[in-house]
Amino acid sequence: MLKGSRLWFRYGNRQPWVVEDRTVAVAPGEVLGLMAPSGYGKTTLGKLLAGYLAPTRGSVTVDERSLPKKRYNPVQLVFQNPELSVNPRWRIRQILAEGCPPDPACLEALGIHSGWLNRYPHELSGGELQRIAIARILNPSTQYLIADEMTAMLDANTQALIWQGVLAFVAQQQIGLIVISHDDPLLQRLCDRILLLADDAVSKVDGPAKVFAKTA
Amino acid sequence: MILMTLIANAPNRSPKGSPNGSPKSSPKSSLKAWRQNNRRQQTITAIAIGSIFLLGIIVSPWFLGESGLTTVLTDRNQPPSWAHLFGTDWLGRDMLRRSLHGLSLSLRVGLLAASISAVIGTGLGLAAGTFGGWVDAVIIWIVDVFFSLPHLVLLILIAFAVGGGTQGVIIAVALTHWTSLARVIRAEVLQLSNADYVQLSRHLGKPSLWIARHHMVPHIVPQLLVGLILLFPHAILHEAALSFVGIGLSPHLPAIGIILAESMRHLSTGYWWLGVMPGVLLLISVKAFDWLGENVRSLLDPKTSQE
Repeated sequence: MLKGSRLWFRYGNRQPWVVEDRTVAVAPGEVLGLMAPSGYGKTTLGKLLAGYLAPTRGSVTVDERSLPKKRYNPVQLVFQNPELSVNPRWRIRQILAEGCPPDPACLEALGIHSGWLNRYPHELSGGELQRIAIARILNPSTQYLIADEMTAMLDANTQALIWQGVLAFVAQQQIGLIVISHDDPLLQRLCDRILLLADDAVSKVDGPAKVFAKTA
Repeated sequence: MILMTLIANAPNRSPKGSPNGSPKSSPKSSLKAWRQNNRRQQTITAIAIGSIFLLGIIVSPWFLGESGLTTVLTDRNQPPSWAHLFGTDWLGRDMLRRSLHGLSLSLRVGLLAASISAVIGTGLGLAAGTFGGWVDAVIIWIVDVFFSLPHLVLLILIAFAVGGGTQGVIIAVALTHWTSLARVIRAEVLQLSNADYVQLSRHLGKPSLWIARHHMVPHIVPQLLVGLILLFPHAILHEAALSFVGIGLSPHLPAIGIILAESMRHLSTGYWWLGVMPGVLLLISVKAFDWLGENVRSLLDPKTSQE
């Protein structure tokens, strides 16, 4: 279980709190939605949970243990902008193999063509690059996935294709998935549970009917 | 060009690709492919021509020997002709040979000074970007001090302080030209260590040295190479300037700055070729370095290397 307990965070000692006393937990195989309007610290919370930022107070644990610093981090974050998350001087093949050699079935599921592998990132579109960025971390060492507005700038077709691939992987590997978004219909569609970060209180909103059937 | 690659890869991407997607079936796209190839060849040709020209100037004295440098008083002050392309000076020496000797010496001095400068710049830039904190603050402060002083004044000051001569020129040029490269390298390191893909690489469990080798080096080496090539013209021009004002290379040596300084005395008497011809040669050499730098840059950047 990935658990962020009583997390507080601010970017400087005199800055206002961005994350105030949030507790988030996600179990393996569960899909949790995090929803809030812009400026409510969704991305910051995602970065805290993935270990990209250290919380000012509170702790993030995976199965009661803190996140490893030197090894492969079981909690992986997918960034919003794929152009920034790949090295522009690397070929796609090298980017995909950075974590772990990619699984051909997984590339197939995400619609990644073999013709792309010898290209450079600037020769692919945003949607194509985002699929590369996702395929890079969909491997057996990843136990929890945090998708920070992963498909916000993609068209509906590509969104559907990506989410189908990711959800299949989540179900197959029993991965805990946190979907950060402000797209309510998308979250309703994907998540077992949705956390609404609004005002001061964290209110829990139940998911759609299909989720009731699943959790009941 | 992206479109080009798409067309070229069309058969790979989908078997149902458009019928004239294949480069073989469409004369238009094969023409484009030829042009694409040609562009890359143009860049490589430009680099080859620039390098051969500059290398030719540097090694020319060994082929020319001392002939033409001796005084032939019967041939004094000849304007440019087929026998003497650059004319002759007031002692009847062939100006083309003198200019080549001088430029070769100036290029060698400039290359040495620019290389030392590049080493200093890279070292300090890497240190500032990697360690940060007070190391960064001190290095940036030194860079700012160098930038705030007039360049030529600083050059003259350093050259004078270390005793002038060839050694003085090299030290002065080396100590004053590293600042811009240091700033570029520092900025590159800072930007890279905060880049999403470097942070992600850490979370994929990669050690710092691996990240430095695979993520940082491919970005820094091209900057260094291009920075070094673009330093040469500055170094050579400043070497010429120092010799021109008289605290650089010794007046016995045929350096380009000294040739230009001597020519000043004869310009007013109508012997224009003494200054113009060596000046043009210096200008072409400096431009050749600039051209070389630009082409190496476009060859090393994946965004332009395949265009």
